[in-house]
Amino acid sequence: MDQLVCKNLKLGYENITLTEDLSFVVEKGDYLCIVGENGAGKSTLMRTILRLQKPLSGTIEYNDDLTASKIGYLPQQTVVQKDFPASVYEVVLSGCQNTLGFGLFYSKAAHKRASDNMERLGISDLAKWCYRDLSGGQQQRVLLARALCATEKMLLLDEPVSGLDPKVTSEMYQLIEKLNDEGITVIMISHDIACSVKYAKHVLHIGNEFFFGTVEDYRHSSAGKKYLEEGHHHHG
Amino acid sequence: MVDIFLESLTYPFVRYALIVGVLIALCSALLGVILVLKRFSYIGDGLSHVAFGAMAVAAVVGLTDQMLLTLPVTIVCAILLLWTGQNAKIKGDAAIAMISVGALAFGYLLMSIFPTSSNVSGDVCSSLFGSTKILTLTKGEVYLSIILSVVVVILFIALYNKFFAVTFDESFAKAVGTKTNLLNFVIATIIAVIIVLAMNLVGSLLVSALVIFPALSAMRIFKSFRSVTVCSAVISVICALLGIVLSIMFDTPVGSTIVITDIAAFLVCTIIGKIKG
Repeated sequence: MDQLVCKNLKLGYENITLTEDLSFVVEKGDYLCIVGENGAGKSTLMRTILRLQKPLSGTIEYNDDLTASKIGYLPQQTVVQKDFPASVYEVVLSGCQNTLGFGLFYSKAAHKRASDNMERLGISDLAKWCYRDLSGGQQQRVLLARALCATEKMLLLDEPVSGLDPKVTSEMYQLIEKLNDEGITVIMISHDIACSVKYAKHVLHIGNEFFFGTVEDYRHSSAGKKYLEEGHHHHG
Repeated sequence: MVDIFLESLTYPFVRYALIVGVLIALCSALLGVILVLKRFSYIGDGLSHVAFGAMAVAAVVGLTDQMLLTLPVTIVCAILLLWTGQNAKIKGDAAIAMISVGALAFGYLLMSIFPTSSNVSGDVCSSLFGSTKILTLTKGEVYLSIILSVVVVILFIALYNKFFAVTFDESFAKAVGTKTNLLNFVIATIIAVIIVLAMNLVGSLLVSALVIFPALSAMRIFKSFRSVTVCSAVISVICALLGIVLSIMFDTPVGSTIVITDIAAFLVCTIIGKIKG
């Protein structure tokens, strides 16, 4: 089933067009990696899918009951969060905020959901820890658990491994793969092209060159060849 | 000295001052946590100057209840500042500096050109630093302060979970469908109300201290949002009570005495935080 259908998207801000004629489809259970140069509009695309901003033109169709509140989002960390006094449990529970509605407090179901997702990501024992005292990898797990509280269907990850050391990075990738195997659609922005290609099913390359297709086709495409080559050099 | 205090309790205006002081301290501490974490501390400072300007206008015009003017003006400015802060990040702090300094100069100019009493410098000084003696409020002001404080506290408790969500991560909150703009609007309005209320107590230059210190103190010690919020409220109320009592006993200006107790609490909390590690 096609969960997300983007047609002829034109993205950018008032006077600046970042990218045009963007059409792609995300199927249920897909693992899509969005790659491209800095400033190509990757984050803008993600913000547009999340309905945080409107496309300049074109349409996005959401199927499979993917209302705005049913997409889990892992944003890049902000400065504010670095020294934020919040317990891990409070942060994860805030992922259930779409269940609050006009209610004032979280339901029992929401609390259970938060605990379950912490269990799922192996951070149950950190529940009472302060978010700011955690390592980068632990913080990402917490934010991932929060995103899972918001959705069972689709995760949007904005550079989930940036700033993590290689060991933690590969653990994070395995975790994401596990979630994908459980049936959650994953859309991920990444700079780490080599790993993206290793784990993803489809690749969307935007910027100077456009590519959308399977990972296998990407390896043989002109955009893919050039980019993978560069990535290879970067990583020595 | 304790006798002085106990005796003073027989006067209604002292009781009013204590009630209003505690309520204001409670409200400002609750919102202070959000303000500090959202990096909006400077907005509180800017707004207090705006409120000073508005108060000068109200005095010159001869309004008996100055809050009728200061409250709406400050609310509008709070919303405007929050708006510019969001849409043009670089210009945000410059805009606030501009508005706040402008309002300060404008207010002082008005008060000097159209003096409402023979003691202009005394008037200016008490609006900037709070009353020199115990705060004297009319019954109307007391009731208004009580009603507004109760509304602020109820709103805070009701929206607590959403305030946390929007403070910790606005993008995420927005992405999952939380009405972040509306919440920011509510936060801005409440801040304005608190600042106008607190201005009576500690004067417009010292308002920020009341908002920021308890939150910062609580953050030295506690590690969850809920405990920081509760602790901030407790510290603020204790400091306000202590400050008012001390100001009566030693005949010192009430505003700066409260602020000094807040600073003392901050130092104590910092030390406790260091020891706890």
